[in-house]
Amino acid sequence: MGWSVAQNGEKEMSNGQNGAELRLVTPGMAIGPVAGKRIGSGAIAQNDTIIATRLGWTKEFNNTVSVDPINSAYMPRSGDLIVAVVAEVRNNLWFMNINGPFQGLLPMSLAPWKVEFGAARQHMGIGDVVLARVQEVDECHNVVLTMKGVGLRRLNQGTIVNVPINHIDRLRGEGNATVQRLRDAADSRIIIGENGRVWIDGDAEGTAWAREAVALTQASGHKTTFEAELSALEQNAPKKGDA
Amino acid sequence: MGGYGDVQLLRDDGLRLDGRKLDEMRPVTIEAGVLPAADGSAMVTHGLNVAVAAVYGPMEAHPRKIQRQDRAVIDVRYNMAPFSTSDRIRPGYNRRSREISKVTAEALESVVLVERYPRSKIRVEIEILAAEAGTRCAGITAAAVALADAGIPMRDLIVGVASGKVEDTVVLDLDKAEDNYGQADLPVGILPNTGEIAFLQMDGDLSPDEYNLAMEYNFKAAAEIHEIMVDALKRRYEGGEN
Repeated sequence: MGWSVAQNGEKEMSNGQNGAELRLVTPGMAIGPVAGKRIGSGAIAQNDTIIATRLGWTKEFNNTVSVDPINSAYMPRSGDLIVAVVAEVRNNLWFMNINGPFQGLLPMSLAPWKVEFGAARQHMGIGDVVLARVQEVDECHNVVLTMKGVGLRRLNQGTIVNVPINHIDRLRGEGNATVQRLRDAADSRIIIGENGRVWIDGDAEGTAWAREAVALTQASGHKTTFEAELSALEQNAPKKGDA
Repeated sequence: MGGYGDVQLLRDDGLRLDGRKLDEMRPVTIEAGVLPAADGSAMVTHGLNVAVAAVYGPMEAHPRKIQRQDRAVIDVRYNMAPFSTSDRIRPGYNRRSREISKVTAEALESVVLVERYPRSKIRVEIEILAAEAGTRCAGITAAAVALADAGIPMRDLIVGVASGKVEDTVVLDLDKAEDNYGQADLPVGILPNTGEIAFLQMDGDLSPDEYNLAMEYNFKAAAEIHEIMVDALKRRYEGGEN
């Protein structure tokens, strides 16, 4: 019968041609014409038009149009450094909660210890937290983790703060600049897992300050006022050597 | 569709009992992100209907027998609160809520890019807090906004709307009296940007001309609701990139 509403799509089409302009789009909204453009994540082509599939900010880089989602689940990729929590233990492997849609599998052969068959529980039990790396992800989303590597270990102390996946880059900053500032100011060890879990280890004051700083980075990391806000917060940072 | 012929549903001046025109919708408000514990959520008020939807996932599908190797499954639970109507509803699943859960899941599956999450499950909980006819449509609209809020990839935002027939006249968006005593009800799920229909049910009889007019009303209402949905999502994240 040929009914079509499409009001939003038509209205947004002209805006879509402005290229690098950052704007909020919702699923189904037209971003612009396909012509000559490559389609990145968060978008699909439909009738010569690029359509957003996620709620997020449009981005155009290297002639590729994509949508940076505001919310998204962690989708593991090979090589990711993650903070995982033991969810299940079997005789020869551990199932890990990786803060994603699927559990990760850590076989005893990829653990940092020599593990005898049936002795997995002696090394790690349910609820233990580890720093691991994603070894492999197949097309069925089977995730294999490894703890063989420099720095990969069980985390016996510290606290975990959850951060939305899309805020990770903001927290890390250009060349890890932001997270290094937080480490220095809080006098704490801070490790950012790609899966949205941040491990903070320091004294109580430092940890509390780091939590506050992580929250600030999430809320204002993209704003021009962020630098001033972080500097102001650094004034309240616990002084090194105070115990 | 009670079909009681002696109930007057249209006034002598051609308006409906609540003063609306034939093609006028009840007021709709939508708020996104109302439940902090959910990955995505939304509340829709449509007339006196209040629907809350919460989305969790994608998560590993359990039990494993429900997993699909090539796509995610959408698990919808539609429920009317015991206090949602004037007569208390017995809590728990019933035949009607099972049917609505099923059709809603099928409608959502047609818009969500389920192939992105093989072997996983996306859980959608729809709770009707107040009911006044048209709860399945309010539920679908709420679920669509909640899915978008959760960052689930979709081809479009599905909009639930309904038209029907009272006193041999096609009207948009039936209220309780019109739903109970009218002659037909035509709830549909519309994808506003493409004009596709993701779900359609019909209770009662409509002639082809009446059906066409009802669908015309539905598409008009879908465009209006879609704008409110987009506005709700934008309002939640206004004030810069979050």
